[in-house]
Amino acid sequence: MLFGFEWDLTNPLNFAISILPILLVGMWVTIQATVLGFFVALVLGLVLAVLKSAQSRFVAWPAKLVTEFIRDTPLLVQLFFLYYVLPEYGIVLPAFMTGALALGIQYSAYTSEVYRAGIEAVGKDQREAARALNLSAANTFTHIVVPQAVPRIVPAMGNYLVSIMKDVPVLSVVTVLEMLNVAKIIGDRTFDYLVPLSLVGCLYLIMTLVASAGVRVLDTHLPKQGLPLK
Amino acid sequence: MTDAIIRFDKVVKRFGDLTVLDELDFEVKKGEKVSIIGPSGSGKSTVLRILMTLEGIDGGVVYVDGEPLWHELREGALLPAGEGHLRRMRSKLGMVFQQFNLFPHMTVMRNITEAPVKVLGLSRKDAHLRAEELLDLVGLADQAKKFPHQLSGGQQQRVGIARALAMRPSILLFDEPTSALDPELVGEVLTVIGRLAEEHDLTMLLVTHEMRFAREISDRVCFFDRGQIREEGTPEELFTDPSEDRTREFLKAILD
Ligand SMILES: Nc1ncnc2c1ncn2[C@@H]1O[C@H](COP(=O)(O)OP(=O)(O)O)[C@@H](O)[C@H]1O
Ligand SMILES: [Mg+2]
Repeated sequence: MLFGFEWDLTNPLNFAISILPILLVGMWVTIQATVLGFFVALVLGLVLAVLKSAQSRFVAWPAKLVTEFIRDTPLLVQLFFLYYVLPEYGIVLPAFMTGALALGIQYSAYTSEVYRAGIEAVGKDQREAARALNLSAANTFTHIVVPQAVPRIVPAMGNYLVSIMKDVPVLSVVTVLEMLNVAKIIGDRTFDYLVPLSLVGCLYLIMTLVASAGVRVLDTHLPKQGLPLK
Repeated sequence: MTDAIIRFDKVVKRFGDLTVLDELDFEVKKGEKVSIIGPSGSGKSTVLRILMTLEGIDGGVVYVDGEPLWHELREGALLPAGEGHLRRMRSKLGMVFQQFNLFPHMTVMRNITEAPVKVLGLSRKDAHLRAEELLDLVGLADQAKKFPHQLSGGQQQRVGIARALAMRPSILLFDEPTSALDPELVGEVLTVIGRLAEEHDLTMLLVTHEMRFAREISDRVCFFDRGQIREEGTPEELFTDPSEDRTREFLKAILD
């Protein structure tokens, strides 16, 4: 029994049906971690991208260094760091929060590059035209650069959304009861790993397909008139 | 001297080790139509880009309307200009680019109205009315709702001209406005530029390889060579009887 649900071990089908609700509880945690982690990655990535493109070397360099550091260290290191080190300094976050934060930080290194590439793909000619028309830097960014960068950014961000989802099981090492962890606990208690793990695989497939489809729908509905996209 | 709306005073421009403009002196009077011709790499675009504040200078002073463009007079000293000064000066100038540089994600109408609304503070309605007049002027009254990629190169460049005019500049800069066009589309753009050249008040600076056209519309033609004005004069003087060998060679090469 887990989360108040009993399992039925009479045959594999009944077993599968009986543990599905338990796995769905875990799946909900996975989805929440994904969404929160993705949100952190989007916001922090944008901050890093802006800092990295700053005029001042004293701003750009540390931001680049931080990005490089994050990218070149395993997610697990950052996760352990947040989970074990922060409490020593009095910052105690729930395991779920810590996990989502670690995911967000890890992926902010990647999303910051996506932002940067998207913004840089908007050519110099566009900025010069805006300058010749005396548009302010803020207007140029919001009305000329961003609308042309977003359609280029969305597909790549979609890929990272799926990647984050697939990295959520890492959070199990800090006791987060996401889907894979739930399946493992069921296996530990019933000595049947095949059924719960197979179910996890299927549910993951469904989640990633739905997420990808969602990104594609968003992508096709973005206005990108005349933008030279590959 | 005093009625010069543009004056380059010993202007130096370098890109790394390359000195593109070497103490250039150059003047344009108010309302004058000046064509700049010369070989590729001679610094023609650089002159226009400096005026449009797309490129800074490394020496000398550029005056527009009697005021230093890249400097501010503070406490009796000429200091590098801040963005506020540049914005104010920039409002006197407009530029038409070789590659049009239209905003691909905006309709023709939006391309033309964006800056008047955001910069001049016009209402959408007023900007719209003004844009319609300008589209009429460039012969594109029925294309307002199209996006740039739905237009031919010639049409795109005419939108580029309308967009620049919408900011009501007193100086209009053209950087090889027809060089990126298929030959059959050059005429329609030149027609529009020719029409603008009839406007008495508008000062025009045109970099071009269209010699016949330059001859027709210009008050003065300048031959640029290695960052210097090698020769200048009325179209008659320069095209029929150039005094410099370099000019003669260049004209011969391009007219053949
Ligand atoms: N941003 C730049 N960086 C380095 N060199 C440049 C840059 N812009 C122009 N140049 C060089 O300056 C010279 C003059 O360029 P340009 O004014 O564009 O010439 P033109 O328009 O007469 O062909 C060329 O040799 C060109 O390669
Ligand atoms: Mg040029």
